[in-house]
Amino acid sequence: MTDNNGDYGTGRGRLISALAKIQKKHGYLPEDALSELSRKMGISKSEVYGVATFYSQFKFDPPAKHTLHICLGTACHVRGGMKILESVRKRFKVNPGETTEDRKFALERVACLGCCALAPVVVLDGEIHGKMTPESVDKLIDDLDAPERGV
Amino acid sequence: MGFKEARQKAHDVWASLVDNKRPLIFAGAASCGRAAGVQSVISAFRTRLAEKGIEASIIEVGCVGMCYLEPIIDIKMPGKPRVSYSNINPARARKLIADHIIGGEVCEDLAIGTVGEQRADGIPGLFEHPMLAAQNRRVLRNCGLIDPTNIDHYIATGGYSGIEKAIEIGPEATIEMVKKSGLRGRGGAGFPTYRKWEFCRRSPGTPKFLICNADEGDPGAFMNRSLLEGDPHAVLEGMLIAGLAIGSSKGIIYARAEYPLAVERLKIALAQMSEYGLLGDGIMGSSFSFEIELEEGAGAFVCGEETALIAALEGRRGMPRPRPPFPAVSGLWGKPTNVNNVETLGNLPQILINGPDWFAELGTEKSKGTKTFALAGKVKRTGLVEVALGTKLRDIVFSIGGGILDEKKFKAVQTGGPSGGCIPLEMLDLPVDYERLAEAGSIMGSGGMVVMDESTCPVDIAHYFISFTQQESCGKCPPCRIGTNKMLGILQKIKSGKGTMRDLALLEELALTVKRASLCGLGQTAPNPVLSTLRYFRDEYIEHIRNRRCPAGVCRKPRKKAADNHNSNSVADATGGE
Ligand SMILES: Cc1cc2nc3c(=O)[nH]c(=O)nc-3n(C[C@H](O)[C@H](O)[C@H](O)COP(=O)(O)O)c2cc1C
Ligand code: FES
Repeated sequence: MTDNNGDYGTGRGRLISALAKIQKKHGYLPEDALSELSRKMGISKSEVYGVATFYSQFKFDPPAKHTLHICLGTACHVRGGMKILESVRKRFKVNPGETTEDRKFALERVACLGCCALAPVVVLDGEIHGKMTPESVDKLIDDLDAPERGV
Repeated sequence: MGFKEARQKAHDVWASLVDNKRPLIFAGAASCGRAAGVQSVISAFRTRLAEKGIEASIIEVGCVGMCYLEPIIDIKMPGKPRVSYSNINPARARKLIADHIIGGEVCEDLAIGTVGEQRADGIPGLFEHPMLAAQNRRVLRNCGLIDPTNIDHYIATGGYSGIEKAIEIGPEATIEMVKKSGLRGRGGAGFPTYRKWEFCRRSPGTPKFLICNADEGDPGAFMNRSLLEGDPHAVLEGMLIAGLAIGSSKGIIYARAEYPLAVERLKIALAQMSEYGLLGDGIMGSSFSFEIELEEGAGAFVCGEETALIAALEGRRGMPRPRPPFPAVSGLWGKPTNVNNVETLGNLPQILINGPDWFAELGTEKSKGTKTFALAGKVKRTGLVEVALGTKLRDIVFSIGGGILDEKKFKAVQTGGPSGGCIPLEMLDLPVDYERLAEAGSIMGSGGMVVMDESTCPVDIAHYFISFTQQESCGKCPPCRIGTNKMLGILQKIKSGKGTMRDLALLEELALTVKRASLCGLGQTAPNPVLSTLRYFRDEYIEHIRNRRCPAGVCRKPRKKAADNHNSNSVADATGGE
C-alpha cells in the first residue's frame, strides 16, 4: 500500500507486497532475499521476519514439487474433509505443513477455498477440485505421475 | 470516450448477444465451476467445434448460484432461446454440439431452464427452478448471466448509472438516499452504512481512504468471492459511490489471498474502468476524482477485522487495536478511513438507480433489503442464494436448498461462521434478520450457512470452530489467546470421552469471560459456537460426559496408542481432528 507520502518504493506500506513478490519469484522467502529487503527498506531483519511469520501465505522453505491443499473449512469439515486428510497423511506419511523427504510432495490444510458448495474441496498444484473422496484424491495424485503431466 | 458513447457502444455489444449471428456458449467459470471441471468442458467444446469447422463464441460467465449443478453451460443459437444445461462433462459437451448446435434440438434431459424472455418447448424458465424461484436476486442479478471481464455487459445492464446519479445529486443527497434505504453493513456487524459515512465525511484530514473489505475469511462462506468473480464492476461502482459520499479520492481493495480468480477479475475490471474514464480525474466530466488500488492479503483471518486490516495495509502484523479512535477518525496512516464490505458496496448502485423505497420494500422493520447467503453442508442444493431479509430459515433450507441430503434428519444451521452459532430445528421458523439471529445466540455474520444433519455432532462443531479461532487468534490480548486455547483443551477432553461435569461448567465460564474481555470481535464472538451449542444441544455434551458416547457417531475415542505416538497426536492437534 502506498504510504502517506505516496512513496511506492521504500515505504513501509510496501513491505507485504514486497514479500509477496519475493515469494512469487522463488516460491518461498529465502534468507538472503529477506536480508536484502531489510537493508533496502531500512526495516530491521527481525521486523521483516516478524511480519512475514504472521501471515500464513509466507513460506520459509523451498516448495515441494507438488503441493496438495486440503480444505478443512466448515462445509468441508462436515462433508468429510478429515477423511481425505487422513488418507493422504497415511499414504505419504506427512502431516499438514510438512513435505516428504524427497521433497516431491507437500501437504497443506486450508480453512475454506470459497467453493463450499462443492465440498469437500482440494487444490492440487493450484488446480481446484470439488466433490472429492479419498479415492478420487488418490487418483488425482496417481495421475501426477502420468507422462503427459511432465513428471 | 465520454460515458455517453461508452454506453451506446455497450448497448451495441449487448444487442449482438441477444440477437446473435453465431452460436453462443456461456460457461459457468467461477471458482465453483472450475472446481467441478468446467475447464476440461471448455476445451472439449473448443476441440470439437474446431473439428466441425463451427464458428461459435465461448463466453465465460460467473456463477448463477446453483453450484451443486456445475459445470453449467448455456447455449444460445441465433434467433433461439438461451438454454441452460447442468452437470456437463466433456462427453456431454460433444453431445450438446451434435444435438443442439448442429441438430438444432434442445437436449431436454440435460436442460434445467431457459434464460431471458424466449422459451423453448417443454423447458421452464431457469428462474422458475425451485432453487431460484423464492429468491430476490438483486445484488447477484448479473452473476452467471454476463461476462464479468467485459465492462460493456455491465454497462448495458444498467451499470455505472448509479455513480452517474450520485454525481448528479451530490454527496449529501447520496448519503441521505442510503440513509432512507436503511442499508446496513453486510460484513457482519450490521452498522447503518450512512452513519459510518457521515462520521467519516465530517472527520477533518485529507486524504480520506475508502477500503473495500474483500478478506472474506469465514470458513464456509463464499458470498463475496462469488460477487467479485461474477460481477466485479458492481462492487467497483459501489466504491465510486461510497468514495464520492465520504469525500475520498482514494480507494483500496483488500482481497483475500485464497481468491486468485477474484483478484484476476478485479484487475481486468480496474483496467477497463481506467480505459472508460471511470477512474482518475474528473469522472464523467464532473469534479469527482477517484483512484482504486488492489492489495492482496497474505492469509490471516483476523485481517478481516477493520483495524487489523489497516495494520496489514501499513505493512505490519495484522493485529487489531482498541477502538476508539474509530477508523473514521484515525484509520490508514492516521487518516479518516471508511471500511465497507464487498456486498454493502455491491448494493449501492441499485439503491441510487432504483431509489431507497425500492430497496426498503424488501426486508423487516430494522433489516432492509436482501442478503446473500452461502448455502452449504448437508443440504441438497448447495450454492449462493439471495433472499429478502426476514425470510424464514425453513424456506432457505427446505424450499431453496431442497432439504437434507440422503433424506436424513435436519439438526441445525450454523450461521455467522466462527463468530456465530447453531440454530436448531425448533427455531426453523425464525425470520432471518440481524436482531432475530442475535436473539437466537447466533449472528448474521457475513452470510455463511452450513446445514447440519443428524450425523453432525454439536460438540465436534464447537471444537472445530474453537480450534479455528484459537489458531487464528493474533495473540495480542490474553483473554482470546489463552482463553480459546483452554476452551479447546476442554472440548478435546469432552470429545474423547474424558470430560467431567465440572469441565462443562468451566467451559461455560471461560466462554463468557472470553466474550466479555477480548479486545476485538474475533475474541468477543469466538465463544458463540460453544455457547449456542450448549444452549440447544447440552444433552449431547452431557451424553459425551456421562455415557462416554457421541450420539452422532462423530467423536471417536482416542486410539490406544495415541499417547505414545507423537505424530498422530500432533496431527490431531493441528487439524482439530479426533
Ligand atoms: C475477526 C473478524 C473478521 C472479520 N472479517 C470480515 C471480512 O472478512 N469481511 C468483512 O467485510 N468484514 C469483516 N469483519 C468486519 C469488519 O471489521 C468491518 O466491520 C466491516 O468490514 C465493515 O463493513 P460494513 O459496514 O460494510 O459491513 C470482520 C470482523 C472481525 C472481528
Ligand atoms: S469449507 Fe471448504 S471450500 Fe469452503
